[in-house]
Amino acid sequence: MSAPVHAHGAPGANDNHDARGGHGDARSYLIGFFLAAVLTAIPFGLVMSGSLPAGTAGPVCMVFAAVQIVVHLIYFLHMNPKSSQSWNGAAFVFTLIILLILMVGTLWVMHNMNMNMMPGMMSAE
Amino acid sequence: MTVQSPVLGDHLHLVADHEHHHDFAGTTTLGFWIYLMSDCILFAALFAAFAVLRGATAGGPGPKDLFDLSYVAVETTFLLVSSVTYGMAMIAAERKRSSATLAWLGITLLMGLGFMGMELHEFAELIEKGAGPDRSAFLSSFFTLVATHGLHVTAGMIWMVTLIVHVLRRGLTEANITRLTCLSLFWHFLDIVWIGVFTTVYLLGVA
Repeated sequence: MSAPVHAHGAPGANDNHDARGGHGDARSYLIGFFLAAVLTAIPFGLVMSGSLPAGTAGPVCMVFAAVQIVVHLIYFLHMNPKSSQSWNGAAFVFTLIILLILMVGTLWVMHNMNMNMMPGMMSAE
Repeated sequence: MTVQSPVLGDHLHLVADHEHHHDFAGTTTLGFWIYLMSDCILFAALFAAFAVLRGATAGGPGPKDLFDLSYVAVETTFLLVSSVTYGMAMIAAERKRSSATLAWLGITLLMGLGFMGMELHEFAELIEKGAGPDRSAFLSSFFTLVATHGLHVTAGMIWMVTLIVHVLRRGLTEANITRLTCLSLFWHFLDIVWIGVFTTVYLLGVA
């Protein structure tokens, strides 16, 4: 990629293309596959064997899922810390913020509403 | 002089065209990436709806009565392996090996078909048991979330067939590699969404 291309105003797009184009590496996919398989098998095993108490199973599974998502982003989508400085990285960070507001906000508001609309409270009034 | 200037003009035109192509590939993948980010927000809304409604079974069957984790583990394996085989297709495409690319795409397609076959079978069984989307708010949100993912996978498979035809007819041109790159983003993205599905819907449902 020559300098004029970068001057066109979408530098991130080209970095991103380079990063993906440069990763013609089967090893990266196989490492990703191995890690993803382990990170899938452990939570499935834990839940199916029922070895976790009900309260902790949820958070544990969520942590495994979060780690696996990061593994996929790095080994399959070839994102790296550098990509946060490019346009696709910026879009990704922005999306994460929106996701967080959307999901946490929904759960918070709806949980609050459930608490305030408990049938018990209604009949007590 | 009169001969040289059109040649020079042509040459400049070619250079401009060449750079335009590179830029085109870059902006196309960036544009597609931004589409994926908006798709992420769509899925986030469905996940949030499911999380709110997962307890609302209306006296009907709940996750523990309905879901078989070993079945879901096989589905997950299909999708995860398909992500890796797609990666192999991309590597082959970058090395301009069109027959290897086609073979890997074919395997990926079969994995996708296996996944969708299992999902449709699961849906049919649930509906047969009387646990269709009309049974409770929990099942409505379950079917909406999982079927939206399934529709995406189906769209990805139709796209994959289209690209197989493209590669068969025109080979691994630059435009085709850009298309394959976009589909690879889409396919890996669907695998990431599936991590969210099997965790929040199936694992958390049964745990």
